[in-house]
Amino acid sequence: MAILSVKNISKSFDSTEVLKDVSFDLDAGETIAIIGSSGSGKTTLLRCLTFLEKPTTGTVAVRDEVIIDAADTTKLGDELIRERRSHFGFVFQSFNLFPQYSALRNVTLARELQAKEQPDFKANRKAILEEIENEGRELLAMMGLADRADYYPHQLSGGQQQRVAIARALALKPDILCFDEPTSALDPELTGEVLKVIRSLADQKTTMIIVTHEMAFARDVADRVIFMDGGVVIEQGPAKEVIDNPQNERTRHFLARYNEH
Amino acid sequence: MSFFTSLEFRTVIEALNQGFLRTLELFFVTLVGALPLGLIISFGSMSRFAPLRWFTKTLVWIVRGTPLVLQIIAIFYVPGLLGVYIWGGGDSGRFAAVSVAFIINYAFYFSEIFRGGIQAVAHGQTEAGLVLGMTRRQIFFRITLLQMIKRIVPPMSNEIITLVKDTSLARVIALQEIIWMGESFMKGNQGFAGLVWPLFFTAVYYLAFSGIVTILLNRLEKKLDYFRV
Repeated sequence: MAILSVKNISKSFDSTEVLKDVSFDLDAGETIAIIGSSGSGKTTLLRCLTFLEKPTTGTVAVRDEVIIDAADTTKLGDELIRERRSHFGFVFQSFNLFPQYSALRNVTLARELQAKEQPDFKANRKAILEEIENEGRELLAMMGLADRADYYPHQLSGGQQQRVAIARALALKPDILCFDEPTSALDPELTGEVLKVIRSLADQKTTMIIVTHEMAFARDVADRVIFMDGGVVIEQGPAKEVIDNPQNERTRHFLARYNEH
Repeated sequence: MSFFTSLEFRTVIEALNQGFLRTLELFFVTLVGALPLGLIISFGSMSRFAPLRWFTKTLVWIVRGTPLVLQIIAIFYVPGLLGVYIWGGGDSGRFAAVSVAFIINYAFYFSEIFRGGIQAVAHGQTEAGLVLGMTRRQIFFRITLLQMIKRIVPPMSNEIITLVKDTSLARVIALQEIIWMGESFMKGNQGFAGLVWPLFFTAVYYLAFSGIVTILLNRLEKKLDYFRV
């Protein structure tokens, strides 16, 4: 059963249409890579799923529950948006770590704030905070950053910062983890460490959508690939098939250009 | 008998001390009032509700575009001219009026600094907070605020040092702050008249105080050095 069902999503900024009638399904435990040239609408698509942009048309459902319906014009309250958004984790191209907090605190802050809203927080304060901290440390260890927990973002390399950002997204245990070009802001020698982490998440059957320019990575790690061009899904299918044997002329053209590099 | 133990010196210093206390009161009352009010005004000038935004920007224009001296005079005298005596008599009435004028004036200046500081915090920080399920309030207090403070310490230092000296404008409605006291010995006060040095001596107080303020603000800047924005 599809955990995520995206139907007929379009998005216009003023008169420019950046997404046209995009539909796809994502199964639990599956990894989808979205590829395509810059400006093809990949990032906007991710942002529409996570309430960072409002789609002009279409619906998004998680486990058959519609969470976004562009036709429904009633204004969702901030609370409802928060709740619905919690299905998704988001990893930004530019990391967006909070500079004033240590790596560990970046990972635990949101969990802590949520725990504080629970009625039993006051009674078990110490135990709850301890558990959150332990989980945060475990996540950092999983990212290979056990010894960097107390470092501040500016003391970490780009690759380390992005791994902290991944741990931060995982801390809230989202159903679906979205990556927006997670390695595009990194020096080439740092992309490997981030891709390795994402690969191990895929091995653990984390449900993920990854917007990426790393074709070899998409081919090896993703179950399926979606190729977008001009805001339209041109081709989608099993990763190896799409990348090794593209059916559509535009996909072929795009991949050929990549192989030249 | 040296000058520093003379009756003249002791009388003047006592009066200047008293005046400086008034100066300090006005300084701290203005800060305590104008900092939070300035933050609220900055939200108005960034509001997504256009009429509120334009209204706030018009007020910013008026308050920044007219002299503080004029604002003090207007706030002190205009209610009386309209037949409403809100300030009461005596020194406390004058102090209340001048405090209101200073708080309003400085709040609008601060609001522009706050606005710049908040808008300079990368939008990605807010988005990161949102996708982590934080509320707008949590994002402001837990993420944006400290980054904003770090950015605005230098321009704020400027404003606060200016405030130390601007308090002297309060003498226009005869608030007995330190410059007023210094001048009083030229005209005649407690048996002394024609003394010029007390007025110039007030500079020592201003320098000492702005020196302390500068040191404190530098410390704050150092304290926030542990992270980069």
